[in-house]
Amino acid sequence: MPLMGKKKFNVINQAKKRVDAADKVTGRAKYAGDVVFQDMLIAGCLHGHRAHAKVAKIDTSKAKALDGVHAVLTAADILKPQSWADYYYITDHVKYIGDVVAIVAAETKEILEDALKAIEVEYEDMPGVFTVDEALQADAPQIREKGVGLVDGIPTKGTKGNIFFESYYALRKGNIAEGFAQCDVVIEKEYRTQFVEHAYIEPEAVIAISDPFDGLMTVHASSQNPYFTRRYVADALGITMNKARIVQRTLGGSFGGKEELVGLIAGRAAILAKATGRPVRLVVSREESMIESPKRHPFKFNYKIGATKAGQILALEGILVDNSGAYNNQTQFLNCRAMIHSAGPYNIPNIKTDTYGVFTNNVHSGAFRGYSSPQVIFAGEQLIEELAEALNMDIVELKRKNILRYGDLTATSQRLSQETIFADMMEDVIAKTDYQAKFAANAVQTGEIRKGVGLVTCYRGAGLGAETADAGGSLVTALEDGSFIINSGITENGQGLKTAYTQIAAEAMGIKFEDINLMGIDTHSVADSGMTVASRGTVMAAQSMKKAGASMKKLLLETARMLLSATSLEEVDMIDSVAFVIGQPERSISVAAINNCRLWTGKQLSVYEWNEPKELLMNHHTGQGNAFPTYAYGVCVAEVEVDTATGYVDVKKVTSAHDLGTVINPDTVKGQIYGGIAMGMGFATTEEIEVSQGKVGNHNFDSYIFPTSMDMPEMDAILYECEDPEGTYGAKSVGEPATEAVGAAIALAIANATGKRIKRLPADLERVLLGKSLRAGGDA
Amino acid sequence: MEKIGLKMIVNGTPVSVEVSPFARLLDVLREDLHLTGTKEGCGVGECGACTVIVDGETVNTCLTLAASMEGKCITTIEGVAANEELHPIQQAFIDYAALQCGFCTPGLVLSAKALLDKTPHPSKEEIKVAISGNLCRCTGYQQVVEAIEAVANR
Repeated sequence: MPLMGKKKFNVINQAKKRVDAADKVTGRAKYAGDVVFQDMLIAGCLHGHRAHAKVAKIDTSKAKALDGVHAVLTAADILKPQSWADYYYITDHVKYIGDVVAIVAAETKEILEDALKAIEVEYEDMPGVFTVDEALQADAPQIREKGVGLVDGIPTKGTKGNIFFESYYALRKGNIAEGFAQCDVVIEKEYRTQFVEHAYIEPEAVIAISDPFDGLMTVHASSQNPYFTRRYVADALGITMNKARIVQRTLGGSFGGKEELVGLIAGRAAILAKATGRPVRLVVSREESMIESPKRHPFKFNYKIGATKAGQILALEGILVDNSGAYNNQTQFLNCRAMIHSAGPYNIPNIKTDTYGVFTNNVHSGAFRGYSSPQVIFAGEQLIEELAEALNMDIVELKRKNILRYGDLTATSQRLSQETIFADMMEDVIAKTDYQAKFAANAVQTGEIRKGVGLVTCYRGAGLGAETADAGGSLVTALEDGSFIINSGITENGQGLKTAYTQIAAEAMGIKFEDINLMGIDTHSVADSGMTVASRGTVMAAQSMKKAGASMKKLLLETARMLLSATSLEEVDMIDSVAFVIGQPERSISVAAINNCRLWTGKQLSVYEWNEPKELLMNHHTGQGNAFPTYAYGVCVAEVEVDTATGYVDVKKVTSAHDLGTVINPDTVKGQIYGGIAMGMGFATTEEIEVSQGKVGNHNFDSYIFPTSMDMPEMDAILYECEDPEGTYGAKSVGEPATEAVGAAIALAIANATGKRIKRLPADLERVLLGKSLRAGGDA
Repeated sequence: MEKIGLKMIVNGTPVSVEVSPFARLLDVLREDLHLTGTKEGCGVGECGACTVIVDGETVNTCLTLAASMEGKCITTIEGVAANEELHPIQQAFIDYAALQCGFCTPGLVLSAKALLDKTPHPSKEEIKVAISGNLCRCTGYQQVVEAIEAVANR
């Protein structure tokens, strides 16, 4: 099998040390909450803490009268209470627990707390809708005016209901009726998932500084997507985007989560900074973050699948409904990915799935590492194993017969035209983990502690694909001492992007890794390259960095050729910041001399390159066409021990194997895989934002439980490479693949151990022991 | 409210500050002494991002009243590297790629330091226990444990 180690590069494909590591191990790195400005005020938000209510009366006079309070604002006081992205900066109609009814800026944290308590609010409670099932009932209250209803099972404009119309995606392949007619075995199953919290360790933080002279509003933010945050600030203040400047500070984790709430608090802080003329810092507490930040979408899956006796899967039908919460600006993109992957990584000729989100009075759902895939893979892999059981067939045999291979058509009828090492990976991992023997032995065990093993095969479209344009731009600047500055609109969120981009630029230019500096994002310094999401930073957006590096190298070599007096028959190249005549290494010159010459002769020293994505033709009514430039394949085996007396699931070992195309940095790739295992394990076993009638039951890490160092299993990260030219230097996505399979593998392992299938995550003590949860919460 | 005079030794330097009776050590370090390497992640003593070493023991500064620190010797992340020279634990975190977003890293480094100062050659299990009060959402702890083990095995 093609394990990493066969490719030859100068800078990439090596474990270069992270460029941000020294600042992070010494405490020097400045996060948004660490930034201080003179005369800074402290701001905070008053949350409604109700699922659905109108503000009947709000009296801020007592709060305003307190010494040291500089501004108390309600929805009536601001230019535009609703943001461009659906959510409200401040509202007078609370639609979920996290809605904000007033904002305050004060001299100190203590005065701020007194002021928030002094605001008097009277609410008129309104009926709410909370679960997917409630939202779809014909007589359910309509939560959002823009909600629509179903006609013959299809979300339809012009009807009333709670469906988020723009989030509806249909997939129609082949003929579903004919497909099922030819099946010997047909099963129908339902699965559900829960609200999950990102739980980045750094709570959201911003500090806004208004410059009264040039009208510029600068916000330093813990932002995953500073260009997204910029839209909120311009929108909240009613200023043009070129007067709103966002500086991304070192980001303390995001995983998709620091978009909406960071945008809203950036807008709120900017409003307060403008109102008071003072710098305003707004740092969210963990409790506030837990109720107002987005969550992973809970899904309800209803699947029907059929196969011949021989194990040929012929038809799959599915309805996938996700709980979007009270507001949303994500489900309309997320469900595109969910639809594309709704039939799993199998070659199935007849497919019909409908995917849509519903509005409820719950916390809102957003982007969270995987963007639907942990949920879809959990349901899909349970389904395929239940089909194997119904066929009385070994699951590995069933997978061998149906797994996508080179040249096959995916669910969207895209032909897999790049090297496809998926089936080989599966065989290799099965052999390495001794999966089949363990699976068989576990099925016949007795005793209180039962062992289980689960195998997941999955794939993921690389980058944004047909969801939206996957473009990006990068800037490379040469300096006369031989050093270089690079930048792009893609952000370091902790994943190691600065290091990867530095390696890619160094590789493309022939410059030493150490000679390059990537500072980070100030939206006034470099153009938007699209969001840093979808595991696209290295794979897709960095194509522009490779291009910019190559363009710079061409310029540098023109000067080198002149300085080295190379003839037209001689070739020059650059390695490790030294240009030389090929075949005559003694004829060489340093890049500092080249850059210096270019500076004083007036030659171009800076390059900006844009990468337009390859055109993907896809029919958005049928979900048919080319969905992604290429796919990253993953195989995961989880091994557990279940205590059948308590329901405790002890995850013993996780083997996580990935098709990385080309590994840019093996150490940071492994970091993604290990961290992804921890996050997937939490998703499977302990993590749930427990909602009941719109209230959140767990507000902090004392009751929202995710893995500690002592909980972690033995981990085996397997890195495969292949020849696939679509990504930057052949790289494929890893950030989300690292976590998307793990929860499903653990759920399968539990079924293998106990003989009982987990239909609804998380597989906590109660669900494993009793098959249901006794705590407040229930379904979302 | 009346303030309390507080004297303590922070990173080897005697400091004297006026604090309110309810001030947390975390706020005094961050706001009064500008030592922002100590982070607040949860405020309830669960995440360990605010870990410092007080007289050889790790404490969560979000649960520690500053006024209780009279005469105590405190090491924050800013005091771990001596004279611009990285501590071996810090160097190992870099070498083993034991950090990602870095927000929990100061707390992890200090928990590791408190362990190794007392037990220079701990077992893997002891390392895991020592850092179990430091939540990390990025790394899965694997490379963190490897980094600490590397220092412990020297």
